[in-house]
Amino acid sequence: MEQDQGLERGKSVFFEEASELLSELEDSLLELEDAPDDQELIGSVFRAMHTIKGSGAMFGFDAVSSFTHEVETVFDLVRAGTIPVTKQLIDLTLAARDQIMAMLDAARSGKPVDDEIADGITSALRTLLPQAGVENETDPGHMAKVDEGVPESSTEEENSYRIRFRPELEIFSTGSNPLHLLNELSELGQCRIIAQTDALPTIHEMDPEACYVYWDIVLTTSKGINAIRDVFIFVEDTSELHIEVIDKPEATGGETETGYKKLGEILVERGDVRPEDLAKALESQKRIGEVLVEQELVNPAKIQSALEEQKYVRTVRKKRKAKGALSSIRVASPKLDQLVNLVGELVTVQARLSQVAVSRNDPQLIFLAEEVERLTGELRENTMSIRMLPIGTTFSKFRRLVRDLARDLGKEVTMTTEGAETELDKTVIEKLNDPLVHLIRNSIDHGIEPPDVREAAGKSREGTVHLSAVHSGAHVLIRISDDGAGIDPEVIRTKAMEKGLISPDMEMTDKEIFSILFTPGFSTAKTVSNVSGRGVGMDVVKTNIESLRGTIDLTSEKGKGTTVTLKLPLTLAIIEGLLARIGDEHYVLPLSTVEECIELASRDGDGAGRRRLANIRGEIIPYIHLREQFRIEGERPDIEQIVVTRVDGDRIGLVVDEVIGEQQTVIKTMGRLCNGLREISGATILGDGTVALILDVPNLIHGAVTG
Amino acid sequence: MDKMILTADDSASVRQMVAFTLKGAGYQVIEASDGEDALSKLDGSPVHMVITDLNMPRLDGIGLIKKVRSNTKYRFIPIIMLTTESQASKKQEGRKAGATGWIVKPFKPDQLLAVVKKVLR
Repeated sequence: MEQDQGLERGKSVFFEEASELLSELEDSLLELEDAPDDQELIGSVFRAMHTIKGSGAMFGFDAVSSFTHEVETVFDLVRAGTIPVTKQLIDLTLAARDQIMAMLDAARSGKPVDDEIADGITSALRTLLPQAGVENETDPGHMAKVDEGVPESSTEEENSYRIRFRPELEIFSTGSNPLHLLNELSELGQCRIIAQTDALPTIHEMDPEACYVYWDIVLTTSKGINAIRDVFIFVEDTSELHIEVIDKPEATGGETETGYKKLGEILVERGDVRPEDLAKALESQKRIGEVLVEQELVNPAKIQSALEEQKYVRTVRKKRKAKGALSSIRVASPKLDQLVNLVGELVTVQARLSQVAVSRNDPQLIFLAEEVERLTGELRENTMSIRMLPIGTTFSKFRRLVRDLARDLGKEVTMTTEGAETELDKTVIEKLNDPLVHLIRNSIDHGIEPPDVREAAGKSREGTVHLSAVHSGAHVLIRISDDGAGIDPEVIRTKAMEKGLISPDMEMTDKEIFSILFTPGFSTAKTVSNVSGRGVGMDVVKTNIESLRGTIDLTSEKGKGTTVTLKLPLTLAIIEGLLARIGDEHYVLPLSTVEECIELASRDGDGAGRRRLANIRGEIIPYIHLREQFRIEGERPDIEQIVVTRVDGDRIGLVVDEVIGEQQTVIKTMGRLCNGLREISGATILGDGTVALILDVPNLIHGAVTG
Repeated sequence: MDKMILTADDSASVRQMVAFTLKGAGYQVIEASDGEDALSKLDGSPVHMVITDLNMPRLDGIGLIKKVRSNTKYRFIPIIMLTTESQASKKQEGRKAGATGWIVKPFKPDQLLAVVKKVLR
């Protein structure tokens, strides 16, 4: 719109400018008649025509422009001395000047103009041209518009190109920056750029203002070869530029499958190695790259570059193949659940089999048991992977949420994501939706400031909410971070005191203060918006995450932003557990919460009914005596074990009689009868058929602390 | 900081269109009516890029490019030539003098911006 206004204003300036130029032109022409050799006068006539032509075309007066072009063409030759200044020329040019004036008047008033006069002048002017002079465009209506711009032809297909770009040494002295070109190129698609530095001279010979480096690029784009050429448009004629198609979609398949050319072939194609040298090098049995480098037929960087190309194209082909092969079948999820259950049973039976085999000490049976164990493991992993879904679909659902929320709150927010391909158990993903919605809402409502506030704080007007997912062992870490205002620990503290959640003299670390946010009924929002601030929230999020056997952690820096990290298990059906025994009872602790196991050295400080403290390598760790906690009868062994767990960042010990070892644990949910038992999250069947309870460590500790 | 672009053209209308387009895209613009004018204005403030017409009185575009390239302060800045002459010779001459690129008139505002973005990034 603004540009249109600019155009309109430009037009009126153009009319003024043109009439000035035309009156000057008249004067110049009359003077020229008296002094036909005056180069300055010829130049000014030419310039006047030139300007009217250029500006006229810019503002849409094509007829004026193309007519003026005819006169300009003639005067260009006059300037060059090819055509002499004659009375006939002056007459014609004056007539042309009047015609231009008339055309402009017509354009301004919208009246029609007599084309015949223009045509007459044009043909008369053309008679002045020598035959060879027609090399200039004879049809100005079809003047090349602009050689720059967005390429319109874009093929749908994604081709891969091999590009070697070697700018002239002096490229910097033309104000071009090769880096810009490479960046522009990389915006066309996926690409791999390798710099070749073999032309770098020694430091004594080096001109610091010259560009000795050249580049090998492998680019995959659907934009077509012209788009690539356009990137180099300004340097094409001074640089060495080779562009070749090295991979097309239809090239995949056949015998080559996802393979690609051999290294030697690539080097020959690139002209880095001569075919006869390659043939010679191939005679030896060693790796071709090494031989070529050894014989100094090619430098290592070129080999590297060719290897990169090989790797790159193979990956592209593999991906394409995977895409094509991404045929899938739909299976009802209950069937899947059933499969998982059956695999769970199998794992249990297999554990028993292994135990029996060992106790019988029968080599044949042991061999079979081991084989079954291996197969069961694979089967389990496969089955679990069927239930895995990339979290990306969930992420992308939030785009709309972010957009709508930002609009409702008058903020500018973009959402970026990372690790969308990270896979998680279907059930986990489903249950993750609500907590994530809540956390994103919090980020946008409480975190990201209004645009003006951000600007005042020296930030960009637009805030960012970043969602990322990464694997970390048997867990997935999901982070929701924003670059907003952050959380002021003092505000939380004050509010918590108002609500009587903490006493004024309590000394607390920031971390502890942030953990108050997860307390039920706590909210610091000054007003209740329809987005968040009702005080139900973070505690519910925490409960949800913990029900998935995950943990939640919040860090924040005032003025910089807040990050919430969710740590979630990959799957809910089977966990890695640590099997422990107390008396005759077996318990499984999720291995994810366990940090280490140590013998409980002495019973120092073992005051009954109190929380105990153990000194582990100088660190004081509180512990819970599970035998006591679960009221298990019997003698305590002389040497007990302490399992150190980490919950919410705190290290807390759990004392058991004996740690037996790691155990693949198939989780069986407990019946409704056990609903009230927060310390137990399920049960599992051990190899010998006995039942072990799976401890919910965070709840267990929480219960012990508050109870 | 907004980038500063100097545009040299003896046609006020073209200059105005260039300036308007660039200002709309957030650039700062200095206008000069010919090569000499451009040179004197270059000394005033830090310029990130020059857009120049080729045919200008006093000092023409090619001359301006040469002068700018011999100025240590501006040796490496991008210079774009505006020209209606699509003949290769003029373009070559400009390139030789040290021009970064060119735009052939007539052009549309977005085409101008595309080129500016390309060389200025």
